[in-house]
Amino acid sequence: MLRYIAKRLLQMIPMLFLISVVSFIIIQLPPGSYLNTLIAQMRTQGDEINMEQVEALRIRYSLDKPAHIRYLNWIKGIITEGDFGFSFEWNRPVKTLIWERLALSLTVSVSSLLFSWIIAFPIAIYSAVKKHSVADYSLTFMGFLGLSVPNFMLALILMYIASVYFKFSVGGLFSPDYVMAPWSFGKFVDLLKHLWVPMIVIGMAGTAGLIRVLRNNLLDELEKPYVVAARSKGISPVRLIFKYPVRLALIPFVSTVGWQLPQMLSGEAVTATVLSLPTAAPLLLGALRSQDMYLAGSFLLLLSCLTMIGTLISDILLVIVDPRIRYE
Amino acid sequence: MDTMTEGNILEVRDLTVRFMMNEGTVHAVNGVTFSLPEGKSIGIVGESGCGKTVSAYSVTQLLPKTARVSGQILFREKEGTITDIAKLPVDGKEIRRIRGQEISMIFQEPMSSLSPVHTVFNQLAEAMILFQGMTKKQARERCVELLKLVGIENAERRVDEYPFQFSGGMRQRAMIAMALARNPRILIADEPTTALDVTLQAQVLSLIQEMQDEFKLSMILITHALGVVAHMVDYIHIMYLGRVVESGPTLEIFENPKHPYTRGLLNSIPKLHGKRGQRVSSIPGAVPSAYSLPEGCVFRARCSERRSACMYEIPRRIQVGSEHYVSCCLYDGEEDQYAANA
Amino acid sequence: MDQGLSSQQATQNVPLPKPPSADDDSTALGKTEEKVFYATQWQLMWWKFRKHKVAMVSAVVIIFMYICAIFAPFIAPYAPTERHRGFLYVPPQKVRFWDENGFSLRPFVYPIEQEIDIMTMQRKYIEDTSKRLPVKFFVRGSSYKLLGLFECDIHLFGVEDGKVFLFGTDNMGRDLFTRVLYGAQISMSIGLVGVFLSLLLGLVFGGISGYYGGAVDNAIQRIIEVLRSFPTIPLWMALGAALPPELSPVGVYMGITIILSLIGWTALGRQVRGKVLALKNEDFVIAARLAGTSEPRIIMTHLIPSFMSHIIASLTLSIPSMILAETSLSFLGIGLRPPVVSWGVMLQQAQNVNTLMMAPWLLIPGVFVVVYVLAFNFLGDGLRDAADPYGV
Repeated sequence: MLRYIAKRLLQMIPMLFLISVVSFIIIQLPPGSYLNTLIAQMRTQGDEINMEQVEALRIRYSLDKPAHIRYLNWIKGIITEGDFGFSFEWNRPVKTLIWERLALSLTVSVSSLLFSWIIAFPIAIYSAVKKHSVADYSLTFMGFLGLSVPNFMLALILMYIASVYFKFSVGGLFSPDYVMAPWSFGKFVDLLKHLWVPMIVIGMAGTAGLIRVLRNNLLDELEKPYVVAARSKGISPVRLIFKYPVRLALIPFVSTVGWQLPQMLSGEAVTATVLSLPTAAPLLLGALRSQDMYLAGSFLLLLSCLTMIGTLISDILLVIVDPRIRYE
Repeated sequence: MDTMTEGNILEVRDLTVRFMMNEGTVHAVNGVTFSLPEGKSIGIVGESGCGKTVSAYSVTQLLPKTARVSGQILFREKEGTITDIAKLPVDGKEIRRIRGQEISMIFQEPMSSLSPVHTVFNQLAEAMILFQGMTKKQARERCVELLKLVGIENAERRVDEYPFQFSGGMRQRAMIAMALARNPRILIADEPTTALDVTLQAQVLSLIQEMQDEFKLSMILITHALGVVAHMVDYIHIMYLGRVVESGPTLEIFENPKHPYTRGLLNSIPKLHGKRGQRVSSIPGAVPSAYSLPEGCVFRARCSERRSACMYEIPRRIQVGSEHYVSCCLYDGEEDQYAANA
Repeated sequence: MDQGLSSQQATQNVPLPKPPSADDDSTALGKTEEKVFYATQWQLMWWKFRKHKVAMVSAVVIIFMYICAIFAPFIAPYAPTERHRGFLYVPPQKVRFWDENGFSLRPFVYPIEQEIDIMTMQRKYIEDTSKRLPVKFFVRGSSYKLLGLFECDIHLFGVEDGKVFLFGTDNMGRDLFTRVLYGAQISMSIGLVGVFLSLLLGLVFGGISGYYGGAVDNAIQRIIEVLRSFPTIPLWMALGAALPPELSPVGVYMGITIILSLIGWTALGRQVRGKVLALKNEDFVIAARLAGTSEPRIIMTHLIPSFMSHIIASLTLSIPSMILAETSLSFLGIGLRPPVVSWGVMLQQAQNVNTLMMAPWLLIPGVFVVVYVLAFNFLGDGLRDAADPYGV
């Protein structure tokens, strides 16, 4: 078991390297650099452009150096001192900007994930056991509907309903009083109060997908001979279903956990913009637009790391639920 | 109250099973009648798709929800009272008690009939803990004992392994142990050797027979190989397309087969002392679809002795010996002869 | 061995076979069953698919939507960029057959007039119920090129001396109904083009990976893994932002499709690889190889037909995610941009609650996204079930 985890961790190192390279290439893709954005901005504001000043900035941000040198410096900074570079737009080190936002992104995503499990599990089991019943058909249809509504539409509709019918504004993760406040119990409670809207919005698409996967897995398992064999032992139907088919349907499900987290982070990215959540995505979007490359690159890198960790967790869980892998 | 013949532990009367499918209704079993005398064994023999497995499954209500079962399945309890299994509520307490303590089954495929993610102990001990009120420790001892009994070496260690660590033969042994773990009175073995290598088949069959003696079980053995059951069972029922076409004591069936189908089956067993160059004979044609059963005798399309009457009449069950019955119009009137002789 | 003997005795008892009687009915197999035995794989799939009612309905809906998109200029009463002065944020108009003055076989609308609320300074539109504007069919209007070929100025419907806005208008007084139709052309084709590109990439890389295995397989698998470990939307966001702003609308369209399929192919690639791996050791492939069939021929005549049905099903299922991605990207302002009309671009206007409360009909393009995606999901589900015609 420990050896397996160690092996998986070792395998992650080249992957991390590749991901960091890809992240860096992507943020280098747009023509020009942050300085062009800056110059354009100053021009529109009618400021005079001091070319010497621009040149000084170019040297300060080491934009005069070739790309691979900048990449190496960036990575060196991250590995040796946890320094993710400097945000041009915010004029602050990247590390002071990202952690809280990433933590909130993760909070929103993970709670959406949990929400979707809590909803999907009973529905999927019920649907599979009562296959071809009216309830199964309507639940399946609802699932398809959930899959087909874009996240941002759902967010917009919820916002609309909330403000028109409940005179209640939805959005953000904190009440105005708490936005700037340091962390406290009150702020935490306030977060919980706001969390449910993004949780439902982001969790919805995932829930629908999950119901389909679980229901189909379970239907496959329910027809297997071992279920009949277990039934022939005289076990009660409920115990039978939970001990055997549900347990086995969990195996393919657990292997999906790995891609569910990135899916949630993706959904979170769109929803956050609509609901103006103070999470990573809106900042990333801004950084991408203004070519604030270190900020954007760091976000991309860290979001993909989260995904990799998700996959790792899912692999470890898989070993726990499926003894066949353990003995391979 | 239902009555049963003295000495029988199980009587199946006029069992009919239909499956409601999208494509139509499958007439899997059409009025099957057989009985199992206490302590004896019967064999149900037929080609695949003849309804033998469906008949066996309906004895403990293991058929899927699409099945419609009618007829009587009478079971004599230890106290002597009679229960009609066909009338018990689906997956109710009563049928679960019968499955857990009275009638055990051994399945065709030991590979897929065991859950791959639960240990052998877990699956073996389940019924003991549930129905016999054993503690985990007691159950464990009993499991090891049973595994030893069915011939698994290192039972103390193997009991904690997973089925995929067992070989095919060992899995079937474990399945047998699992069936015995419930201390049943009836054992139903559904093609227990089909999925096994030929070398293992004989071993597993003799194990089943030993266990039947050891536990004083009444047994139903389901198989497509007539040769297999010959030395194992006391009575044979030959099934074709959902009907019992001939039944009787094993020796009687082998020495005096009446139905053309039975004879065909016997002829298709290869003979060790046959003449050189003599071909193993086979029954021509294929089994008709159970979706749309032909009228009249269902065997007539493949029968070399068909008559025009076979087109219209479903053959009656005719008594041709003290315990020998055949359903074939060739023997119309012979029951009077038998009755006269008797 | 006494079994053998006893059965030999039994044989002696068998009377001589009689000649088959006139009423020979050895063809006990039903007609339908015989049909099933000889049907091709695609026939079987079609029979199975036909039973999937919801999928059939979805297929009809999708075909209808594509026909509407193709004939958008004809069906739409206006041009997509035409601004109707004085008609900003007009709510959808009701088409009526009936009012106090009785029934009219020809549908009509009421003319609308703008009023400014002095207190709130908000625009209001009032229907003038004293006048009926009959909806005429095949009227002349702005000219367009049908199918990009024929100059034409006949529109399916329209009203004279007035306006008809079935879905209302947007912030610039453009007819939403018209724009939904034109938007369909872009939104509904981007999924198809994207899926086609993904298919090409997926077949090539997945095929190579599965067929040759070894180091090539390993390298391709690593690439797929890296691409998949980026959360898709942030990655798309980054790539979308990388498209140069001065790119032409067609350039942006192509760029977005390429970006979408850049991730889209990975799932397909994996599937193709898995299928090829499983099939390449199947007896019929080995038999073909032993018979001296050339490699390309094995791939073309044995492998691809064996998994094509599965691939088609999963392709259908991946179209929805493409269109959802396009819509989301355009909605965020990093996908397609005006003057291109797509459903996502249109929805961009509905980005904040205040606009939405004033003009909820701006969400109508979203309804079409949902219907389209839903139909494709059902269709894909039906196809997937049918793809395995030998399964139960």
